[in-house]
Amino acid sequence: MSTALHAFPTLASLQAALAQGKLSATELAQDCLRQIQAQQGLNAFVHVDADLSLAQARASDASRAAGISGPLSGIPIAHKDVFVTQGWRSTAGSKMLKNYVSPFDATVVNRLLTAGCVSLGKLNCDEFAMGSGNEHSVFGPAHNPWDLTCVPGGSSGGSAAAVAARLIFASTGTDTGGSVRQPAALCGVSGIKPTYGVVSRYGMIAYGSSLDQAGVMAPAAADLVALLDTISGFDVRDATSAEHCLGVPNAPGRIQSDYNKASAHFDSQALLPLNGLRIGVPSEYFGEGLSSDVGAAIETALSQFEQLGAQRVPISLPRTRLSIPAYYVIAPAEASSNLSRYDGVRYGHRSESYTDLADMTGRSRSEGFGAEVQRRIMVGTYVLSHGYYDAYYLQAQRLRRMIAEDFQAAFTQQCDVIMGPVTPTVAKAIGDNQDDPTADWLADIYTLSLNLAGLPGMSVPCGFGTSAAGKALPIGLQIIGDYFDEGRLLAIAHQYQLATDWHLRCAGQA
Amino acid sequence: MAYEIVIGLETHTQLSTQTKIFSGSSTRYGAQPNTQANEVDMALPGTLPVMNRVAVEHAIRLGLAVGATIAPRSIFARKNYFYPDLPKNYQISQYEIPVVLGGSITFFVGDKETTINLTRAHLEEDAGKSLHDNYIGPHGELSTGIDLNRTGTPLLEIVSEPEMRSAAEAVAYAKTLHSLVMWLGICDGNMQEGSFRVDVNVSVRPMGQKEFGTRCEVKNVNSFRFIERAINYEVRRQIELIEDGGKVVQETRLYDADLDETRSMRSKEDANDYRYFPDPDLPPLVIGQDWIDHVQAEMRKEGGLPEELRKNLVEVYGIAPIDAAQLISSRAMATYFLAVVEALESDPADLANVAALRPGRAKLAANWLMGEVSATLNREEKDLAQCPVAAPLLAALLKRILDNTISNKIARDVFAAMWAGEEKGQPDAIIAAKGLTQINDSGAIEAMIDAVLAANATIVAEYRAGKQKGFNSLVGQIMKAAKGKANPQQVNDLLKAKLDQA
Amino acid sequence: MAITEQEVTQIARLARLTLSPGQSLQAQGDLNKILGLIQELQAVDTRGIEPLAHPLSALRDVHLRLREDIVTEISSPERREALMVNAPGKAEGLFLVPKVIE
Repeated sequence: MSTALHAFPTLASLQAALAQGKLSATELAQDCLRQIQAQQGLNAFVHVDADLSLAQARASDASRAAGISGPLSGIPIAHKDVFVTQGWRSTAGSKMLKNYVSPFDATVVNRLLTAGCVSLGKLNCDEFAMGSGNEHSVFGPAHNPWDLTCVPGGSSGGSAAAVAARLIFASTGTDTGGSVRQPAALCGVSGIKPTYGVVSRYGMIAYGSSLDQAGVMAPAAADLVALLDTISGFDVRDATSAEHCLGVPNAPGRIQSDYNKASAHFDSQALLPLNGLRIGVPSEYFGEGLSSDVGAAIETALSQFEQLGAQRVPISLPRTRLSIPAYYVIAPAEASSNLSRYDGVRYGHRSESYTDLADMTGRSRSEGFGAEVQRRIMVGTYVLSHGYYDAYYLQAQRLRRMIAEDFQAAFTQQCDVIMGPVTPTVAKAIGDNQDDPTADWLADIYTLSLNLAGLPGMSVPCGFGTSAAGKALPIGLQIIGDYFDEGRLLAIAHQYQLATDWHLRCAGQA
Repeated sequence: MAYEIVIGLETHTQLSTQTKIFSGSSTRYGAQPNTQANEVDMALPGTLPVMNRVAVEHAIRLGLAVGATIAPRSIFARKNYFYPDLPKNYQISQYEIPVVLGGSITFFVGDKETTINLTRAHLEEDAGKSLHDNYIGPHGELSTGIDLNRTGTPLLEIVSEPEMRSAAEAVAYAKTLHSLVMWLGICDGNMQEGSFRVDVNVSVRPMGQKEFGTRCEVKNVNSFRFIERAINYEVRRQIELIEDGGKVVQETRLYDADLDETRSMRSKEDANDYRYFPDPDLPPLVIGQDWIDHVQAEMRKEGGLPEELRKNLVEVYGIAPIDAAQLISSRAMATYFLAVVEALESDPADLANVAALRPGRAKLAANWLMGEVSATLNREEKDLAQCPVAAPLLAALLKRILDNTISNKIARDVFAAMWAGEEKGQPDAIIAAKGLTQINDSGAIEAMIDAVLAANATIVAEYRAGKQKGFNSLVGQIMKAAKGKANPQQVNDLLKAKLDQA
Repeated sequence: MAITEQEVTQIARLARLTLSPGQSLQAQGDLNKILGLIQELQAVDTRGIEPLAHPLSALRDVHLRLREDIVTEISSPERREALMVNAPGKAEGLFLVPKVIE
């Protein structure tokens, strides 16, 4: 791991070190580059360009010398390869875009760049964000730093692995059905997906448009605040970008402010900071399928919250199981349309030989897309087709409303936040479940509902289980909030992390 | 077997906005290939659509003008199909809930007033252009060039009910719609540039049959003449097919102007399932009543809706419906007409009689505008905006006809002189300069009549014996003697009186 | 309600995916397995429930924001170059595709 990041494991300490001149952004970047090189076996990074990164680092140092710096100046990050970037290639983990260079930066990339972050490159992910183990990538699987034979989770597997291995301080990811929360949980880092519409989707290679949302990962919740706050905000280029969040403008500052307010309130309650907080615990999240080590860790975490003064409230989210078929109708449907643009005409892979236009398109797509992507495109095409649209697509969208209403009922009548597991088990071995196209899908049961409803959610490390090889594998606790409540979620998570140290553990030091 | 022709038209009008419907790229015609297509238009990974407010406003205008319902909430949907000039390989359009519903268009076919109902009008994006010159591709293959400049240009697709029953009706409908969209300022109507494209749906059925026959769509017919020809060809083709025992296949066809025939389009496959679904990138379009009211008020300020104006011309000005339809064929013409009538009515002397005099004055103004003025404009290849005779001056000329200073015939000479700018275009000055004042003195006219009668005893005798056709010859001679300036009505009456006086 | 071979062919055609016979067969099996999962939706009584197309509309009225009709793009050959840099086939400022016969 990066020496510097090991020495300064929190955003606050890293900021201070940079501010005090203990190290420069350039030295920090060089350190990260060395570690990325040394840990290539993780396959977390797919594009690295030292010149580009060091140029950003030098610019950061120069600004600081001129008296211009902010909370994120010089902080080393990297972007999931579905965020388009000028300079580095943007491939979405796919052969289809293997050599694609974008003429513009994603809004998320731009905001972090403007805030002074130094990008160390692009991170591995499941192809077009479709997958939950980072196994469906043209660059090969990414590996879990805690056990290299295991998946880091997906689709933002590289994003989680890189942070867990302390190659970089923080990373961006995207979460359509759990793809930030789940890898964060499996790699033992903190991750958050905000409310739909809080972060601009402009420049995020689209998978499921009504479900996609950018997220960030870092070691601790407190580290996430500035990062999420910085990338958040209304963007004119995204028509689904929220202008207001419950009356407050959607702009950088909102989340920080909410976090500060909530934290101040918690701090004011001294020994029982979370006194008054009602935590909904859905019975459906603790049924069959939840492995005992995960169940135990979650239980311990919930007890911890009670010790902090919170109150557990049993609730029911009756359509939890149905979120799976609903999601796997809606996401593939939107994906089938979003991915139609990849036809070998204006960019992307074009087949070497073809007879005519239709043949060129057909071959280019079949050669360019991996099996999982092709499967989802076909499912999506099917559920939208004439005769099936009502029975599948519309039915799924109706279910979606029911799920959103279930959460609303819980939040208005019973609880302030909802907690439970992120995944049913710890990370599986790379290569498992190959034959069954839906096996991995079933494991998304706890995360999918949030994307369907558009709610914010995070994952924080809360314990360990064991891999088949006997290694310690992280377990994540999911914290789900009501619309636009991400600031408070982070404050709640922070209180938990003040009382626990799971998030401080590093691979090799469990 | 007698057949009934059933025609419906789908018209794609390119809206005259500065930018595209979903991006800030310019819509200016004629730019170098692919210089007016940004990353959104080219559908690069990560791009998203953002809706153009003026395109929506144009749709509201059209809706108000045809008396349609403006949907308070309409949905954009993706129409999924693969085609190289469609970069996303889906078109953002509207499907189940369009922005405009219903409405109707009234026009004349010959002297028959016809109203055709509209089904709907919806917003969508235009595709790019394919250039089929023989380019060479990366592997030496013959290639088509794709220019995406046009991609994303806002379109308003206007769909009529299949209520037209003849090619003439279809053409008249198309022409009326064409004038309307230009009137409203929402489309420049330039058919050569593809601003106004018509898809014609044609079917036939035995006269009296309730069920519709199978229809064929003839796509992208871009002139009124071609619309007529394409329909005629299709009708003949379909009838022949049926009478030969065949069945009309529902398909899309193209009209070939050189061969004057339609033929099946090879690339459009059978039953393309478009898999419409609401576009997740675009929330519902909400149009509040205050916006609609605002647009309506603006349209009133600009001179009103053509339909309202047409009714006004008939009811208030007593203009024949068929003439009223022509007068509103352009905003310029309607404005000009109203200005002429206003000037005619501005004399304080006859304010008390304005209502009574109005129909006569309006008819004269209408006749002149549709007749002499339009004919001269056509000859000189000018449009009304470039007419050198301003409305008040035309009114001044018409006043001289109305007060018998000059005849209608002489007035045309005066008009020509005004057009040419003689006497600074002032009618009175021209009349004086050329001595064109009409002779209204009955005594003088009678003298001329007597002289002509005296010189034409044979014709007079024949007339009195019952052969009336000599009358015109006599009138002609009298007018010649009067150098055209005798009051024609008086000449007529007095001559007849004298002839009958046998 | 299983997916037939014909339907697989139809879907592949609509989605412009060229599948070998072996891949087609595999796809049919996969899709049927997936259908088995998503069939669970059928059992749910959703009468009276409106589809939720935009997640935030569960919270509040979400409607389309409109952009002013002002040109924001500078067109130039350099800009075109940058946007077309990834094109597999281009000439004279045009994207090239195998010849299309209309």
